[in-house]
Amino acid sequence: MIDTLERMGYGAHPFAVRGSEDEDKRAARQLLKYLAVAGFAAMNIMLLSVSVWSGNVTDITPETRDFFHWLSALIALPAAAYAGQPFFRSAWAALRSASVNMDVPISLGIVLALGLSVIETVNHAEHAYFDSAVMLLFFLLCGRYLDRAMRARTRAAAGNLAAYRAATAHKLDAKQQLVEVPAASLKPGDLIVVRPGDRVPADGNVVKGTSDIDENLITGETAGRSITPGMLIYAGSQNLSGALTLRITAAGERTLLDEIERLLDKAVVSKSRTVQLADAAARYYAPIVHTAAALTLAGWLLTGAGLHSAVVVAISVLIITCPCALALAVPAVQVVAAGRLFRSGIFLNAGDAIERLAEVDTVVFDKTGTLTLPELRVVNASAIDPAMLQAAARLALSSHHPLAAAVRRHHANGEPFPDAVEEPGQGIRTQVDGMELRLGSAAFCNVMVPEDLALEHDGASLIAFRCGKRSTVFAVHQALRSDAVDTVAALAALGIELHILSGDRSAAVEPLARELRIASWQAGMKPAEKVAVLEGLKARNRRVLMVGDGINDAPSLAAANVSMSPIGASDISQAHADAIFLGDRLQPVLTAVLIARYARRLMRQNLWLAVIYNAVAVPVAVAGMVTPLIAAAAMSGSSSLVTLNALRALSPAIQAARAENPVLPVKTL
Amino acid sequence: MNVLVYLVPMALALGLSGLFAFLWSVRTGQYDDLDGAAVRILDDGDLRDVS
Repeated sequence: MIDTLERMGYGAHPFAVRGSEDEDKRAARQLLKYLAVAGFAAMNIMLLSVSVWSGNVTDITPETRDFFHWLSALIALPAAAYAGQPFFRSAWAALRSASVNMDVPISLGIVLALGLSVIETVNHAEHAYFDSAVMLLFFLLCGRYLDRAMRARTRAAAGNLAAYRAATAHKLDAKQQLVEVPAASLKPGDLIVVRPGDRVPADGNVVKGTSDIDENLITGETAGRSITPGMLIYAGSQNLSGALTLRITAAGERTLLDEIERLLDKAVVSKSRTVQLADAAARYYAPIVHTAAALTLAGWLLTGAGLHSAVVVAISVLIITCPCALALAVPAVQVVAAGRLFRSGIFLNAGDAIERLAEVDTVVFDKTGTLTLPELRVVNASAIDPAMLQAAARLALSSHHPLAAAVRRHHANGEPFPDAVEEPGQGIRTQVDGMELRLGSAAFCNVMVPEDLALEHDGASLIAFRCGKRSTVFAVHQALRSDAVDTVAALAALGIELHILSGDRSAAVEPLARELRIASWQAGMKPAEKVAVLEGLKARNRRVLMVGDGINDAPSLAAANVSMSPIGASDISQAHADAIFLGDRLQPVLTAVLIARYARRLMRQNLWLAVIYNAVAVPVAVAGMVTPLIAAAAMSGSSSLVTLNALRALSPAIQAARAENPVLPVKTL
Repeated sequence: MNVLVYLVPMALALGLSGLFAFLWSVRTGQYDDLDGAAVRILDDGDLRDVS
């Protein structure tokens, strides 16, 4: 079909969607179905159970009770077999690899509760536990569904933003004509033209043209590199001044990423598996509970009770200890805290990122795009006559040059001068009321750059502006994020150790580190060296949070205990960061740490609540005094308590985290 | 008590019909995009040219 379209003159290309999306959607639907079935079963069985409970103390006939129990069984057994699948599968997988997770006691509890209830029903007994088993299932599925919904929302946000950056390239076809094609369709050997301001879509050798390119996304280096024919340039760098013609050596991002990908694989494999709080609890929980049940069985047998009643009591111990509260304790807090982070403009990629964030005692920053804003700003704007700035900004509207973009953002409304002419590699000019306006290099505008300005803004790019007889010079620089100094100070006040690892020159890093009061900084770091530093920190038992954005940061993001990226980061960095934050501010890093710490405190409280609940309930069960009514009340009571406690993560107890954070829209794209 | 013999199945049938309606709505993708409907009014794609 693509060929046919091509012959008809329409170039068509397969559009690659993120492959996992369909898979996710199917899993979410499946979970929703499980939830619906469990909910239906729980409600109807509860209806029947309440009748039985009230009947037991009044005048229910044994026949009616049996009828209700059989009806309950009819609903509960198929519903549990269907809706319990996620737990049974996970428990089975854990058992087969000879380990224990939270799903093992859950599955065991459900299966035993149902089995016992069927036996009791057959024996025309007063009590059956169908309601407990199905209600447990329903509560747990609720937790799972919320968890999944939260993560899906994060992914959707990240995916939408990535779509804005759909890359195209300008290819010279066989007839030497320029056609616009998707970057993904480029092949080695193709000739492409990269205009000033464009990102280079593929690695290639320069055939024609000279220019400066900005490679900061790849190396972290902010100073431009001069390019002449014959040089190799990499995908992701930005062409600053002149048009370049490239012959592609490798399509996609292969060659450049080869080393980085290898580093990534290693980092991901060697990443020490952090033991999650819930799993750690499960490891102690399951053996204790099972021993308690076994001891109960033995105890009742020794004291002369019949086998049947001893088994009933032992199983009731297992049912009452079925970790309803325990299984909700951690996920409930995670969901609420993740929602809170979401509203602060922080998206979580990994479900257990909150626990790892809470443990952080060292933060390592990349410089470019992380501590500084990803795009350029005019740093001396306040020293310039506003009228001149407006005129220059309006002229800059007609240019595609990235330096012009920095000036452009000072213009209030977007109405360009009608006939501005761009001189490639030099600047832009126009005539207004017989007056010549020029914006560009100092030579182009015939402006002398004051020496003190060049000294004051070391490392900045200077652009000149001439308006008739008047002239001025803008210093364009990557500015610090507006709240970087405060955020860094607040992190230091929390007792967190701070480092800067940058791929940039020391001359660019040093003044910035001084301004932020970060004593430990290293410049000119290659990706492998950054990883080595992180490994060194981890060897000292520090819990490292890496904040970075460039392609060169991706391995370090994977190597750190936990990582964050700003939304302007390269795709590969976003894929390896545990959390992504929006906006022009650095505040989210602090917010994330504070919310995570608060959430961990709530998780601990919840686990203790679950332990206390068990400490009260188990003796009652061991004594053989648990009826289905008590089991249901205890179970829903403890679950509600734990959920309510988790909701405290919504309360504005974290003062610093309340600073308003504009969540959307993201202007930087 | 004989009234239960048909009241209980009726209650169950009502519940089941609700469940099946829900399952149907899940299967037809009505929960796949919960936010899209709110902004659909801004989409001009379905406007016919009236000039």
